[in-house]
Amino acid sequence: MTFRGGRRGLAVLAAVLVAVAGIIWIAWPSDGLPQGQDVVIPVVDGPADDQKVLIDASYFPPEGGGRAPAVLLGHGFGGSKTSVREQAGQLAEQGYAVLTWSARGFGRSTGEIALNSPDYEVKDVRQLIDWLAKKPEVLLDADGDPRVGMAGGSYGGAIALMTAAYDARVDAIAPSITWYDLADALFPEASGAGPATGVFKKMWAGIFFSAGGSGLNPASQADGLARLLNGSTGQPAPAGVTPDQAQCGRFLPAICAVYQQIAATGKATPEAVDLLRRSSPVSVQGRIKVPSLIIQGQRDSLFPLGHADLNAKAIAATGAPVEVAWIAGGHDGGDAEADFVFAQTLNWFDAHLKKDGAATGQGFTVSRDGGRDPGTRQNVLLHAEGESYPGLGGTVTTNLDLLGPDQEVATPPGGSPAAISSVPGLSGLLGGGAGGGGSAGASLDLPGQVAVFQTRPLDRTLTVTGSPTAEIKVYGEGEVTLFAKLYDAASGQLAVLPGGLAAPLRVAATPTGTPVTVTLPAIDRRVEAGHVLRLAITTTDMAYALPAQPSVHRVGLASTTLTMPVDSGLAAPAQGPAWWTWAFPLVSVLAAAVILLTGRPRRAAVAPDPALAEVPLQITGLTKRYKNGHKAVDELSFRVEKGQVLGLLGPNGAGKTTTMRMMMGLIHPDGGEIRIFGEKVVPGSPVLSRLGSFVEGAGFLPHLSGRDNLKLYWQATGRPEGDAHLEEALEIAGLGAAVERAVRTYSQGMRQRLAIAQAMLGLPDLLVLDEPTNGLDPPQIAEMRRVLKAYATEGRTVIVSSHLLGEVEQTCSHAVVMHRGRLVSAGPVAELLRRGELNGSTRLEDVFLDLIGENA
Amino acid sequence: MTATGYAPGRTLPLRVEFVRQFRRRRTMVMFGLLAALPWILVVAFQFGPNNNRNGNGLRISDLAMEGGLNFAAFALSVSASFLLMVAVALFCGDTVASEANWSSLRYLLAAPIPRDRLLRQKLIVALTYSAAAVTVVPVMAVLAGTLAFGWNDVRVPGTGEVIAALDVLPKFGIVILYAMVTNLVVASLAFLLSVSTDSPLGAVGGAVGLVIVSTILQAVEALGGLREFLPTFWNTAWLDALAPVPDYSGMIKGTAIAVTYAAVLLAFAFRRFRRKDVVS
Repeated sequence: MTFRGGRRGLAVLAAVLVAVAGIIWIAWPSDGLPQGQDVVIPVVDGPADDQKVLIDASYFPPEGGGRAPAVLLGHGFGGSKTSVREQAGQLAEQGYAVLTWSARGFGRSTGEIALNSPDYEVKDVRQLIDWLAKKPEVLLDADGDPRVGMAGGSYGGAIALMTAAYDARVDAIAPSITWYDLADALFPEASGAGPATGVFKKMWAGIFFSAGGSGLNPASQADGLARLLNGSTGQPAPAGVTPDQAQCGRFLPAICAVYQQIAATGKATPEAVDLLRRSSPVSVQGRIKVPSLIIQGQRDSLFPLGHADLNAKAIAATGAPVEVAWIAGGHDGGDAEADFVFAQTLNWFDAHLKKDGAATGQGFTVSRDGGRDPGTRQNVLLHAEGESYPGLGGTVTTNLDLLGPDQEVATPPGGSPAAISSVPGLSGLLGGGAGGGGSAGASLDLPGQVAVFQTRPLDRTLTVTGSPTAEIKVYGEGEVTLFAKLYDAASGQLAVLPGGLAAPLRVAATPTGTPVTVTLPAIDRRVEAGHVLRLAITTTDMAYALPAQPSVHRVGLASTTLTMPVDSGLAAPAQGPAWWTWAFPLVSVLAAAVILLTGRPRRAAVAPDPALAEVPLQITGLTKRYKNGHKAVDELSFRVEKGQVLGLLGPNGAGKTTTMRMMMGLIHPDGGEIRIFGEKVVPGSPVLSRLGSFVEGAGFLPHLSGRDNLKLYWQATGRPEGDAHLEEALEIAGLGAAVERAVRTYSQGMRQRLAIAQAMLGLPDLLVLDEPTNGLDPPQIAEMRRVLKAYATEGRTVIVSSHLLGEVEQTCSHAVVMHRGRLVSAGPVAELLRRGELNGSTRLEDVFLDLIGENA
Repeated sequence: MTATGYAPGRTLPLRVEFVRQFRRRRTMVMFGLLAALPWILVVAFQFGPNNNRNGNGLRISDLAMEGGLNFAAFALSVSASFLLMVAVALFCGDTVASEANWSSLRYLLAAPIPRDRLLRQKLIVALTYSAAAVTVVPVMAVLAGTLAFGWNDVRVPGTGEVIAALDVLPKFGIVILYAMVTNLVVASLAFLLSVSTDSPLGAVGGAVGLVIVSTILQAVEALGGLREFLPTFWNTAWLDALAPVPDYSGMIKGTAIAVTYAAVLLAFAFRRFRRKDVVS
């Protein structure tokens, strides 16, 4: 490797290494999140404050030191403190003291599940706040009053709401996908009759309670924790499962008993409603007065958006700041948007705990389907934002006409088969699981069990945000359970049930028709123009407890109006193209300009030398060094006058061809200059148009004929066709009929003659030929000599390089002898021969050998 | 003083370069192949077992027999990733290197055609041939598909929705334009290599090789978002233009990436050629 090549190679290698290192640096996983310290916090709770419970907690000190606000992070039902470890670590990294704990009855904490009861879980958490107040890292508002926020999803969200109601020390909350009224969540009723007459949400209730009962051996884990605390080792005794435990798992017996009753009958008793409501924010209306970020899921048939609506309204009524966000997922699956929820929560706490002036989000944020990302081909979500939360009625409403006759619907005996709108925990399987906001899976209604009313095709796109309402009439006898669903339907496609949500109704039918106003589930959905909205009233739904008695009722419309709420304030942030889509091309074009401008050969316009205007060629101090350091041409100077036939003479490797290439502007000299008719030769010098050349073999397009090659070459010079003297040139080539054949069929000699003819096109003033007689037969050589001599007679000049002395002797008037890149001799051939005469030989060969010093 | 009638700005007219390149067997064969491909596909579809019409799946290949436009979309999707890219690499990679290989380059330069002008004219002609290559496949496919399967509305892959044929035609224009733009990277790399080497095969092969490497890197999930900046990443983004709700964001990104690479590569090509010693 030569020195120069080595340097370039090194530079390329370095660039590649830097690029690879950069990629690795970007892609390398960052170091782990802070790990919490496990602590066991003993608390005392119960209605009489006499039950001792050990709470298994993890404490994450804030990163960055100093006193920081604290965050209590609750887990979902069936989870434990480990479920939220990652979020806790992230919050600690952001400078919060974070305490996560397993609620009583979960994980390794002792005690029984009391469903976030004020007597149990709320008391526990209040003592966790006491514990936090003693930590030296926690910022205090007053003695024993830490600056503390609470966040969590579902069960962990409800405890945030409940604690905020019962403990004034809580400064901000961010509950997500949780309940307002647990009784209403389990016994919903869409005409507003309340949970007492609600329809039992049997599948969700079953999953909910079994999640709490799954620890069939509740004592063993908790015992282990107690032993751990006491320092005693030894195997826990295999505890037997009592019938009570098998039945109730880790539930408080009182709660277990209530559940047994309602699950068996499918009806809410007043005691059950009371008990569930004591664990619900509905029982503490007006007592939550702290800044609250309420996040709810659009795919949530357990705690639908209506719960968030009521929570938000109750808290906002106290004057506390409230923001609402509807995320895409929920208890039924879908995208839970963990990153978005975390970012929003962090932002909320930064604003209301750190009070660092961080701007909170907009009052209302809705996650919507943003189509597929063109790069990853994955669905993306857009977050439409509005200044304030309008409630489920929208800021404005659009009324659509519903059409459809009265229809008979049958309730099947035993409630089977049943329609499917969502299957708790399995909804993802019904499709649309990964969909964005408002999208949903397919839904199945059974013929004979459904009455369908439809709007006309929409003439423009309508985005519904909130709860649509419709009025129906139910004819018949006795009580009937109905489910109202609103589909987005288009011809040729499966109708979509947004969120997979159905609104259950319990109606006392009358022969004259009982009018019912149905509040359909709250949704956010863009209904395209041309689609229809289809109201389906079914008698069954798999997720609910259904009457066992068969019956038939007639369902019709009480009013043809379907009221659709619209939030005109919601707007998706403008999705401008990524910054680099305009920045990269711009930078690249600028870089290209720099590359081109700096790469311009420094061509200080060299003025032509008028004194040399009639001198065909003058070479001064010409030097060319090849990359390996070899000097091909070394300080060469000579001059050619008009009318001369100059022989450039030298052995192979003397630098003849290199010199000729420099004359043609093909290679850049390292030193010296070449002037043709007084003008300095640089690549592409216009004066080269007066030069005809043939150097180192012919160069033709093999697929074209000889004539076409010459014609196209001349056209490529852009000069007038009449100046070419094409026929004269072809005559010199002497190819005869072969001139019409493709050049690839030519012999070496034919190509050579054609190339010389090409050099003579336009009769240039200076003709430069490199070994022109190579490969010609003797008659052709003789002819060529004649042509060259004749060519020079009309004031034109010919330069011929050769290593054949006889050639030069017979053709040339003058000769320049080169050896190893240097000029050895220059002058008329006759003079050279005379010099030889002095040395005793008139043969040019001897003179030549003498000149180059080989004739020792 | 120059020879009479010589003006640097008149050298190597585009017409001359077009003729020089067009009469080459390479050009003829490539265009013949591209024009024949749709017909071969039509024949293949006619003879193939006809069991894909049950409406499931709805991949772009299942819909090819829906009509001329559907067939054209299919033909473009199967040829854009490799065949068209090879054609573009051929036209742009061969143009200067083959002249060097034939030794005709030095006579053109000594004519003299100024180096920048020679490169510019050659680039324009090579890009024009490339554009023609990219156009000939879909145009011929519309023709062949319409003759074979009729002039029908377009069914969209995936959802199976139907778009009126006349609404899709302008989008087809956009798709073809986009295919040209994405091939700019291959074109400019091939051109840079063409300027740097005497071997046409080396220039074409080098450019194709880069595309293969880029495609392989694209499959490495671990690179994450970095893959968006690979030159081939957005090559299939034109499919979004044929969706019922066209999404041009991918195509905008693809255009940005293509222009970014192409501008720098072409600048290097010109810089290199200016300073180069032509010894072949």
